[in-house]
Amino acid sequence: MSISVQTADFDAGAEIAALRADPSVGAVVTFVGTVRDINEGDSVSSLTLEHYPGMTEKALADIVRQARERWTLNAVRVIHRVGTLRALDQIVFVGVAGRHRGACFAACEFIMDYLKTQAPFWKKEATGRGDRWVEARDSDDEAARRWESGQE
Amino acid sequence: MNVDILYFASLREALGREREAAELPETVRTVGELRSWLAGRGGAWAAALAPERAVRAARNHTMVQASERLQAGDEVAFFPPVTGG
Repeated sequence: MSISVQTADFDAGAEIAALRADPSVGAVVTFVGTVRDINEGDSVSSLTLEHYPGMTEKALADIVRQARERWTLNAVRVIHRVGTLRALDQIVFVGVAGRHRGACFAACEFIMDYLKTQAPFWKKEATGRGDRWVEARDSDDEAARRWESGQE
Repeated sequence: MNVDILYFASLREALGREREAAELPETVRTVGELRSWLAGRGGAWAAALAPERAVRAARNHTMVQASERLQAGDEVAFFPPVTGG
Protein backbone atom coordinates (compact mmCIF):
# COMPACT_ATOMS: atom_id res chain seq x y z
CA MET A 1 0.00 0.00 0.00
CA SER A 2 1.77 3.13 -1.17
CA ILE A 3 -0.73 5.64 0.29
CA SER A 4 -2.00 5.79 3.87
CA VAL A 5 -4.26 8.27 5.64
CA GLN A 6 -4.15 7.42 9.32
CA THR A 7 -4.34 8.74 12.87
CA ALA A 8 -1.36 6.61 13.97
CA ASP A 9 2.22 7.85 13.94
CA PHE A 10 4.71 6.39 11.46
CA ASP A 11 8.31 5.15 11.60
CA ALA A 12 10.23 7.10 8.95
CA GLY A 13 13.23 4.78 9.32
CA ALA A 14 11.15 1.70 8.62
CA GLU A 15 9.58 3.42 5.62
CA ILE A 16 13.01 4.29 4.20
CA ALA A 17 14.17 0.71 4.77
CA ALA A 18 11.19 -0.55 2.77
CA LEU A 19 11.82 1.96 -0.05
CA ARG A 20 15.49 0.94 -0.41
CA ALA A 21 14.84 -2.82 -0.26
CA ASP A 22 14.89 -2.99 -4.08
CA PRO A 23 18.50 -3.57 -5.32
CA SER A 24 17.96 -1.41 -8.41
CA VAL A 25 17.31 1.62 -6.17
CA GLY A 26 20.21 4.05 -5.96
CA ALA A 27 18.48 6.99 -4.27
CA VAL A 28 15.79 7.58 -1.67
CA VAL A 29 14.52 11.12 -1.06
CA THR A 30 12.09 11.78 1.76
CA PHE A 31 10.17 14.67 3.25
CA VAL A 32 8.71 14.69 6.76
CA GLY A 33 6.37 17.50 7.77
CA THR A 34 6.00 18.20 11.49
CA VAL A 35 3.87 20.34 13.79
CA ARG A 36 5.45 23.70 14.68
CA ASP A 37 4.84 25.21 18.11
CA ILE A 38 4.42 28.72 16.68
CA ASN A 39 2.39 29.83 13.65
CA GLU A 40 1.60 33.41 12.56
CA GLY A 41 3.20 34.63 15.78
CA ASP A 42 0.98 32.65 18.17
CA SER A 43 1.92 29.60 20.18
CA VAL A 44 0.10 26.50 18.97
CA SER A 45 -0.79 23.86 21.56
CA SER A 46 -2.35 21.39 19.14
CA LEU A 47 -3.34 20.95 15.52
CA THR A 48 -6.38 19.03 14.32
CA LEU A 49 -6.45 17.72 10.77
CA GLU A 50 -9.77 17.14 9.05
CA HIS A 51 -10.05 15.40 5.69
CA TYR A 52 -12.59 14.20 3.15
CA PRO A 53 -12.74 10.40 3.47
CA GLY A 54 -13.20 8.85 0.06
CA MET A 55 -11.66 11.77 -1.81
CA THR A 56 -8.39 12.05 0.10
CA GLU A 57 -6.95 8.70 -0.94
CA LYS A 58 -8.09 9.26 -4.53
CA ALA A 59 -6.49 12.72 -4.66
CA LEU A 60 -3.19 11.41 -3.26
CA ALA A 61 -3.20 8.47 -5.68
CA ASP A 62 -3.75 10.88 -8.56
CA ILE A 63 -0.81 13.05 -7.44
CA VAL A 64 1.45 9.98 -7.18
CA ARG A 65 0.29 8.80 -10.62
CA GLN A 66 1.22 12.19 -12.11
CA ALA A 67 4.66 12.03 -10.50
CA ARG A 68 5.24 8.54 -11.87
CA GLU A 69 4.28 9.76 -15.34
CA ARG A 70 6.81 12.60 -15.17
CA TRP A 71 9.75 10.73 -13.66
CA THR A 72 10.98 7.15 -13.72
CA LEU A 73 10.67 5.98 -10.13
CA ASN A 74 10.90 2.63 -8.40
CA ALA A 75 8.58 3.31 -5.50
CA VAL A 76 6.60 6.09 -3.83
CA ARG A 77 5.21 6.13 -0.31
CA VAL A 78 2.85 8.79 1.08
CA ILE A 79 1.53 8.80 4.66
CA HIS A 80 -0.66 11.64 5.95
CA ARG A 81 -1.96 11.75 9.49
CA VAL A 82 -5.37 13.08 10.53
CA GLY A 83 -6.85 13.87 13.94
CA THR A 84 -5.28 15.88 16.74
CA LEU A 85 -1.50 16.34 16.80
CA ARG A 86 0.89 18.30 19.00
CA ALA A 87 4.16 20.20 18.53
CA LEU A 88 6.97 17.91 17.33
CA ASP A 89 4.50 15.34 16.00
CA GLN A 90 4.96 14.07 12.48
CA ILE A 91 2.18 15.04 10.03
CA VAL A 92 3.23 13.77 6.64
CA PHE A 93 5.80 11.47 5.03
CA VAL A 94 6.67 11.42 1.35
CA GLY A 95 9.34 8.98 0.21
CA VAL A 96 10.51 8.46 -3.34
CA ALA A 97 12.92 5.74 -4.48
CA GLY A 98 14.60 5.57 -7.87
CA ARG A 99 17.82 4.81 -9.67
CA HIS A 100 19.24 8.36 -9.44
CA ARG A 101 18.72 11.29 -7.08
CA GLY A 102 17.59 13.94 -9.58
CA ALA A 103 14.24 12.36 -10.37
CA CYS A 104 13.70 11.51 -6.69
CA PHE A 105 14.35 15.07 -5.44
CA ALA A 106 12.05 16.52 -8.10
CA ALA A 107 9.27 13.97 -7.61
CA CYS A 108 9.32 14.37 -3.82
CA GLU A 109 8.96 18.15 -4.09
CA PHE A 110 6.29 17.82 -6.80
CA ILE A 111 4.24 15.46 -4.63
CA MET A 112 4.44 17.80 -1.63
CA ASP A 113 3.58 20.88 -3.70
CA TYR A 114 0.53 19.17 -5.19
CA LEU A 115 -0.49 17.62 -1.87
CA LYS A 116 -0.50 21.11 -0.32
CA THR A 117 -2.90 22.47 -2.93
CA GLN A 118 -4.93 19.47 -4.17
CA ALA A 119 -5.43 16.97 -1.34
CA PRO A 120 -8.50 17.65 0.84
CA PHE A 121 -6.97 18.20 4.27
CA TRP A 122 -7.67 21.17 6.54
CA LYS A 123 -5.75 22.20 9.66
CA LYS A 124 -7.27 23.82 12.72
CA GLU A 125 -4.90 25.23 15.33
CA ALA A 126 -5.55 25.54 19.05
CA THR A 127 -3.70 28.69 20.19
CA GLY A 128 -3.63 30.83 23.32
CA ARG A 129 -6.15 33.06 21.54
CA GLY A 130 -8.57 30.27 20.71
CA ASP A 131 -9.07 27.84 17.84
CA ARG A 132 -8.62 28.95 14.25
CA TRP A 133 -8.54 27.37 10.81
CA VAL A 134 -5.20 27.68 9.05
CA GLU A 135 -5.44 29.89 5.96
CA ALA A 136 -4.15 28.62 2.64
CA ARG A 137 -0.97 30.38 1.48
CA ASP A 138 -0.57 31.96 -1.93
CA SER A 139 3.04 30.74 -1.87
CA ASP A 140 1.75 27.14 -1.89
CA ASP A 141 -0.33 27.83 -5.00
CA GLU A 142 2.69 29.42 -6.64
CA ALA A 143 4.86 26.43 -5.73
CA ALA A 144 2.39 24.05 -7.37
CA ARG A 145 2.06 26.25 -10.48
CA ARG A 146 5.82 26.10 -11.12
CA TRP A 147 5.36 22.49 -12.27
CA GLU A 148 2.74 23.49 -14.84
CA SER A 149 4.98 25.99 -16.57
CA GLY A 150 7.87 23.58 -16.75
CA GLN A 151 10.26 25.67 -14.64
CA GLU A 152 11.53 22.73 -12.61
CA MET B 1 -32.34 16.12 -9.90
CA ASN B 2 -31.16 14.88 -6.52
CA VAL B 3 -27.58 15.33 -5.27
CA ASP B 4 -25.73 14.85 -2.01
CA ILE B 5 -23.88 17.94 -0.80
CA LEU B 6 -21.04 17.86 1.72
CA TYR B 7 -19.33 20.72 3.56
CA PHE B 8 -15.91 20.68 5.20
CA ALA B 9 -13.76 22.60 7.68
CA SER B 10 -14.59 26.30 8.21
CA LEU B 11 -17.47 26.07 5.72
CA ARG B 12 -19.04 23.18 7.65
CA GLU B 13 -18.80 25.22 10.84
CA ALA B 14 -20.17 28.41 9.29
CA LEU B 15 -23.15 26.56 7.81
CA GLY B 16 -23.72 24.31 10.82
CA ARG B 17 -24.13 21.35 8.51
CA GLU B 18 -21.86 18.60 7.21
CA ARG B 19 -24.08 17.03 4.57
CA GLU B 20 -27.52 17.11 3.04
CA ALA B 21 -29.53 15.53 0.26
CA ALA B 22 -31.01 18.20 -1.99
CA GLU B 23 -33.49 18.21 -4.84
CA LEU B 24 -32.33 20.83 -7.30
CA PRO B 25 -34.53 22.98 -9.53
CA GLU B 26 -34.00 22.54 -13.28
CA THR B 27 -32.14 25.85 -13.46
CA VAL B 28 -29.27 24.41 -11.39
CA ARG B 29 -27.10 22.45 -13.84
CA THR B 30 -23.50 23.19 -12.81
CA VAL B 31 -21.42 23.26 -9.64
CA GLY B 32 -21.28 27.06 -9.81
CA GLU B 33 -25.06 27.30 -10.18
CA LEU B 34 -25.43 25.00 -7.19
CA ARG B 35 -23.20 27.28 -5.13
CA SER B 36 -25.28 30.33 -6.10
CA TRP B 37 -28.50 28.45 -5.36
CA LEU B 38 -27.22 27.55 -1.88
CA ALA B 39 -26.07 31.14 -1.28
CA GLY B 40 -29.62 32.17 -2.12
CA ARG B 41 -30.73 30.67 1.20
CA GLY B 42 -29.42 33.90 2.74
CA GLY B 43 -27.86 34.43 6.17
CA ALA B 44 -24.80 32.30 6.84
CA TRP B 45 -25.20 30.65 3.42
CA ALA B 46 -25.03 33.96 1.56
CA ALA B 47 -21.99 35.03 3.61
CA ALA B 48 -19.99 31.78 3.43
CA LEU B 49 -20.67 31.13 -0.28
CA ALA B 50 -20.49 34.75 -1.51
CA PRO B 51 -18.72 35.01 -4.90
CA GLU B 52 -15.70 36.79 -3.40
CA ARG B 53 -15.08 33.99 -0.87
CA ALA B 54 -12.46 31.37 -1.76
CA VAL B 55 -14.52 28.19 -1.97
CA ARG B 56 -13.37 25.04 -3.74
CA ALA B 57 -15.60 22.27 -5.01
CA ALA B 58 -15.34 18.57 -5.77
CA ARG B 59 -17.74 16.46 -7.81
CA ASN B 60 -17.65 12.73 -7.08
CA HIS B 61 -14.30 13.08 -5.26
CA THR B 62 -12.49 15.12 -7.93
CA MET B 63 -11.78 18.85 -7.66
CA VAL B 64 -13.68 20.72 -10.37
CA GLN B 65 -14.34 24.19 -11.72
CA ALA B 66 -17.64 26.05 -11.36
CA SER B 67 -18.59 25.18 -14.96
CA GLU B 68 -18.64 21.43 -14.19
CA ARG B 69 -22.01 19.90 -15.15
CA LEU B 70 -23.99 18.03 -12.51
CA GLN B 71 -25.72 14.69 -12.91
CA ALA B 72 -28.38 13.07 -10.76
CA GLY B 73 -26.87 11.13 -7.88
CA ASP B 74 -23.67 13.22 -7.76
CA GLU B 75 -21.80 13.82 -4.53
CA VAL B 76 -20.76 17.47 -4.50
CA ALA B 77 -18.52 18.92 -1.80
CA PHE B 78 -17.76 22.54 -0.97
CA PHE B 79 -14.76 23.50 1.15
CA PRO B 80 -12.15 26.22 1.74
CA PRO B 81 -8.75 26.01 0.03
CA VAL B 82 -6.92 22.98 1.41
CA THR B 83 -4.17 23.27 4.05
CA GLY B 84 -2.66 19.81 4.49
CA GLY B 85 0.95 18.73 4.45
